[in-house]
Amino acid sequence: MDFRLTEDQRALRKGVRELLARLFDREALRAAVDAPSPSLDRELWRELGAAGFFALRLPEEEGGVGLGLAEAVLLFEEAGRVLLPGPLVATHVAAGAVPGAAEGSTVVTEVDEGLVPWLDEADVVLGEAEGAVPLRSVDPLTPLHRVPGFVGAGSRSGTRPHGRRSVVPTLPQRGDPHAPAERMPTTGVVEDTAEVLPATEVAVLLTAAEQVGSAGRTTEMAVSYAREREQFGQVIGGFQAVKHLCAGMLVRGELARAAVRGAAVTGDPVEIAGAKLLADEAATANARDCLQVFGGMGFTWEADVHLHLKRAWVRARLRLPAARAEEVVAANL
Amino acid sequence: MDLAYSDEEEEFRGRLREWLAATLPTLPPRPDPLDWPARRAYDCGWQRRLYDAGYADVHWDASPTQRLIFLEETELAGAPYVGANFVGLLHAGPTIAAEGTPEQRDRWLPPVLRGDEVWCQGFSEPDAGSDLASLRTRAVRDGDEYVVSGQKIWTSHAEVADWCELLVRTDAGPGVSKHRGISWLAMPMDAPGVTVRPLRTLAGSTEFAEMFLDEVRVPVGNRVGDENDGWRVTMVTLSFERGTAFVGEVVACRRLLGELARTARENGTWDDPALRRRLGRLSAEFQALWRLTQANVSEAQATGGVPGAGGSVFKLHYSHARQELYEAAAGVLGPDALDLGHDWTLDRLSSLSYTIAAGTSQIQRNIVAERILGLPKGR
Ligand SMILES: Cc1cc2nc3c(=O)[nH]c(=O)nc-3n(C[C@H](O)[C@H](O)[C@H](O)COP(=O)(O)OP(=O)(O)OC[C@H]3O[C@@H](n4cnc5c(N)ncnc54)[C@H](O)[C@@H]3O)c2cc1C
Repeated sequence: MDFRLTEDQRALRKGVRELLARLFDREALRAAVDAPSPSLDRELWRELGAAGFFALRLPEEEGGVGLGLAEAVLLFEEAGRVLLPGPLVATHVAAGAVPGAAEGSTVVTEVDEGLVPWLDEADVVLGEAEGAVPLRSVDPLTPLHRVPGFVGAGSRSGTRPHGRRSVVPTLPQRGDPHAPAERMPTTGVVEDTAEVLPATEVAVLLTAAEQVGSAGRTTEMAVSYAREREQFGQVIGGFQAVKHLCAGMLVRGELARAAVRGAAVTGDPVEIAGAKLLADEAATANARDCLQVFGGMGFTWEADVHLHLKRAWVRARLRLPAARAEEVVAANL
Repeated sequence: MDLAYSDEEEEFRGRLREWLAATLPTLPPRPDPLDWPARRAYDCGWQRRLYDAGYADVHWDASPTQRLIFLEETELAGAPYVGANFVGLLHAGPTIAAEGTPEQRDRWLPPVLRGDEVWCQGFSEPDAGSDLASLRTRAVRDGDEYVVSGQKIWTSHAEVADWCELLVRTDAGPGVSKHRGISWLAMPMDAPGVTVRPLRTLAGSTEFAEMFLDEVRVPVGNRVGDENDGWRVTMVTLSFERGTAFVGEVVACRRLLGELARTARENGTWDDPALRRRLGRLSAEFQALWRLTQANVSEAQATGGVPGAGGSVFKLHYSHARQELYEAAAGVLGPDALDLGHDWTLDRLSSLSYTIAAGTSQIQRNIVAERILGLPKGR
């Protein structure tokens, strides 16, 4: 047993961090936030595709990178750190099943928990998005549609059964989300075999990984602010009330990280549900605490804190929200 | 990121499992939890069996991964825990193993391993708890002996201990910082001048005591580490305490949760979604704590021995999660949760110390903030 990252995994993480620093730095983030309406950067999407972001887990024979879930969670941690926008998880999971997804030429989104992120910008929508109506998304970088008739939290009708997953690519007219969704022949359905985890669970895990990345980033932001900002003649990081907030953030983040990485190695659906639960908690609570450490500055549009919090809320609501994750884990006790 | 154990490690696990299956049914009945002399005898008897079977030194001689496997398997099998041997096996022992001279190792380690000698920890004082370095128990050199006077408190198992790992002030000179001037001594508990007065815990047990030291003579040769360098030695001890000492307890908590779920299904409380979900969340937390343990152990294995500040991260969450486990249990057990005759009740009471003993949660947060996050010291 050696639960540390291997040298290759460390190199991969470093490479992805550098890539994202180039493709989506803070300036790009703020430009995207301040754009009149959220739009998906196709160039960025193709670059991610070229770098293997979507094809990471496809076998090399199929033009993929041939790596596994353990590597994928590292990628998505990095994406979560920089608040990389777009339906990254859906497109990654669709790679190999939906033509063009792996290369980043097709943007794939999915109906999930009665919501569809990025519906207007996506080329392929998985699931029944008929009659979806836009809502004013709290996250400026995640446009959302709501699907009518979805029964919400705690209800089992929101759960997709395990096993074979229906991949129903539909191609809405871009720019006209209300056009009737047309059923397309299914390509490369992901089979539920012993080796292949259902796409649903992979999506839950990768979303959790993004949450962990965000939780780590808000911890860093809080700590570096606490080391600079002075009040009462000293840096606020010297005040125990602030220190203890920061320590709590680290603990939450590390616990969730261990959970997500463990789940990535075992691929156990119950462990994945537990990891999502703790990752949601870490991302949302850390963003809240970061906001507190930033004081008034934390309440501004200028600081990135709110972007982390809002995205964390969205991710927590999608892909197995807490109430059901708790039930999944409890059912296996 | 590899969670698979090597063939060698699996072989170790398999042998241990077999041995446990054969040995546990032959153990005498467990003593009354409040009867410390009986507990000492029981715990030492168990340690002796481990010794005879070749598992005694697993706490400080085996690789961190083997230790992890040992703690996991013994807990899964329902074997006794270290109990009265806690300080000897997980505290003083590892410290002597790491910092002692060859003679000191030969003198003190074998009896601990055989279960012949029990140790206690004399660190805390009435006026030195969290601020341990302000301790005042004095040791004055007289030839090749120290003459020790002062008072210790919260000394676990002092009533039944043969030896005490004792922190004393050997240099109280003006201008000497409080972290300098401390030395680590091994003090025999039967030395003249040692008086132990048991204290009653809120659980009704006398598991810890006050210890009064009146001109107790301790040979200079009983000092581990250099004179006045005891703080550094202590840090080694504490990192053990906060490092791998809790591995078995995570496994225990996961087992307890399983029991709790079974009880809840039987008595109908499982139908309450809030309670069910609370147990689900706790289960996810203990699963994550187990992964965190494996991460810490992997780190220790790679860096060789002494666990780092990762232990504080672990302890912070673990101690709160464990207390929360008993709160949830009270919801399942109903009136039984008020019955001292019920196993869970005593454990619930004991768990109240987890956020205090071995460094309070506030102190652990200071450690995390200062040593891991690099925030400034003080206030
Ligand atoms: C069951 C049990 C067994 C024990 N066994 C032993 C033993 O065998 N040997 C031994 O030497 N000791 C033992 N202890 C003692 C234990 O290590 C101390 O109780 C602990 O370190 C706290 O010290 P204190 O009790 O003096 O509390 P204090 O230090 O007085 O703390 C009181 C409160 O103030 C807070 N506080 C103190 N300083 C700070 C600070 N700088 N910042 C923020 N908050 C602060 C604490 O967190 C706590 O909430 C044991 C304790 C218990 C409960």
